[in-house]
Amino acid sequence: MYFDSLSAVWFMDGHGFYVWLAYALTAIPLALTVWLPIKRIRQHWRWLQAEQRRAASASLTGTNEAGV
Amino acid sequence: MWSIIHKMGSPPWFFRFSGTLVRWLLPVTISLLLVGAFWGLLVAPPDFRQGNSYRIIYIHVPAAVVALAGYYVMALAGAVSLIWRIKMADITMRAAAPVGAVLTAIALVTGAIWGKPTWGAWWVWDARITSMLILFFLYLGVVALFQAYENKTAAARACAVLSLVGTVNIPIIYKSVDWWYSLHQPASIKFTGESAIDSSMLYPLLLMILAFYCLFALTVLLNMRADLVWAHRESSWLKQLAGGA
Repeated sequence: MYFDSLSAVWFMDGHGFYVWLAYALTAIPLALTVWLPIKRIRQHWRWLQAEQRRAASASLTGTNEAGV
Repeated sequence: MWSIIHKMGSPPWFFRFSGTLVRWLLPVTISLLLVGAFWGLLVAPPDFRQGNSYRIIYIHVPAAVVALAGYYVMALAGAVSLIWRIKMADITMRAAAPVGAVLTAIALVTGAIWGKPTWGAWWVWDARITSMLILFFLYLGVVALFQAYENKTAAARACAVLSLVGTVNIPIIYKSVDWWYSLHQPASIKFTGESAIDSSMLYPLLLMILAFYCLFALTVLLNMRADLVWAHRESSWLKQLAGGA
């Protein structure tokens, strides 16, 4: 460990603002690039499962595609 | 060899394989990033000249390195999709473009933040920085071009041509620091001969580069899976998977 206190980590001899700003502006977009496709997959997946349930209940009750 | 390529082109096989891979890659990538950032930010010694501002290197260099490598992945996938008309190659190309754009943007933004305390300016029209900006526009171009076309087969072809033409920029970026008198410093890590960076700073940097490569693979796979689920929503193999889950 190079720094000896938390405030030294934060201040970084005057460069803290630049270093932490750079890391924040990296972490946020990276987290989004991972999270957004996961969210998209989950949405599609739920849609697929709902579609399957609709198809299953339609075949059980004997209704056709139009629901009559 | 050909059987692997054949399998890769099969969406059901790829979907299952990438699912397993993603489940492994996600925790590995997050751990590597956390350890690398901790090491680079808190453990590594400060630079003799730049002090602590140099710690931006642990995100700036990995983002730039993988943004360049990612362009090769995108252009290669574009070439495969153009020549052999393999649908999976087209999906790979489109999955890589937004990730590459984000990484290039990170390299540019962190470079600007690093430039302020080091060079005294947020932005200079330096050869390396300008060619990276062109790389950013190339990535965005591929994303935008695909959206612009109604006919998605034509869109994929146009994107592949654009990404192939754009590869001209890659050696320019690599060589920019040697060809022009540049403010940006040349590479410190060399595969042959001694690196111009001490091992106490080099190891966390290498770890972060590895972490960013994993992150690139992970996000490209995730984008591909999201694309596949939607494109194959009417396919029986996917319905079977969704029904069984």
